Amino acid sequence: MEVPILKQGDFLIATFQAALTDEDLLQLQDALVARVGKFRSHGVIVDVTALDVMDSFAARTLRALAHMVRLRGAETVIVGIQPEVAFAMVQLGLSLEGVPTALDLEEGLAQLMKASERKGATFRGR
Amino acid sequence: MGDEIRVPIDSDADIVIARQQGRALAERIGFSATDQTIIATAISEVARNIIKFAKRGEIILSTTMKNPERGVVVVARDQGPGIVDIQLALQDGYSTGNGLGMGLPGCKRLMDELEIKSSKGKGTIVTMKKWTT
Repeated sequence: MEVPILKQGDFLIATFQAALTDEDLLQLQDALVARVGKFRSHGVIVDVTALDVMDSFAARTLRALAHMVRLRGAETVIVGIQPEVAFAMVQLGLSLEGVPTALDLEEGLAQLMKASERKGATFRGR
Repeated sequence: MGDEIRVPIDSDADIVIARQQGRALAERIGFSATDQTIIATAISEVARNIIKFAKRGEIILSTTMKNPERGVVVVARDQGPGIVDIQLALQDGYSTGNGLGMGLPGCKRLMDELEIKSSKGKGTIVTMKKWTT
């Protein structure tokens, strides 16, 4: 199942609709990394509210995605990790170290907006 | 009880089927939403090991009872290369695949019981149990 990617101003929003296979996750990673360039996006939100399980593969792919997006000059925020998913991740020993997370889409957008403003301010300040 | 669900593991899509079946079974016998997710996560990891190391195998899901507790039993079976050093495979941080070394030690933390039977060249059977408490 392909993950729909929505363009919202300077940001891209990818929302998981259901459980994803490894193949789907890799496809999402490629699509987002490509579209950051196509739309000159400053930020990416990956909404995992509907994700049933975050296993080692999903965590590794999301971390790789965030790092690739950063190399393309944009920031990624993972939003919507459910309480039971967070619990299982910690038990399993998974972390999303280095990848910003936020409670939900609203918080994630606010976080990206702030990061984007900071970037703009630094640039203008030079 | 007695209901046994067999899920053949042949591709990455089967990993999702196995964990969904496992979650449904856990829900049926009264596990909390958190425990359902924990069981589904452990199934996802052992099913992934099958694909990674043996290419194919199966996950067998069933229920058991140890009065008054009920339990879910997950058996992951393959005829792959087997695990040479089981103690080592259960050590945190150890991995031969390109994973994060979280697979089996992580599953042991997620579930109440985990047992591995394996012989080199003949395959691996991982049996995991979790009890309702």
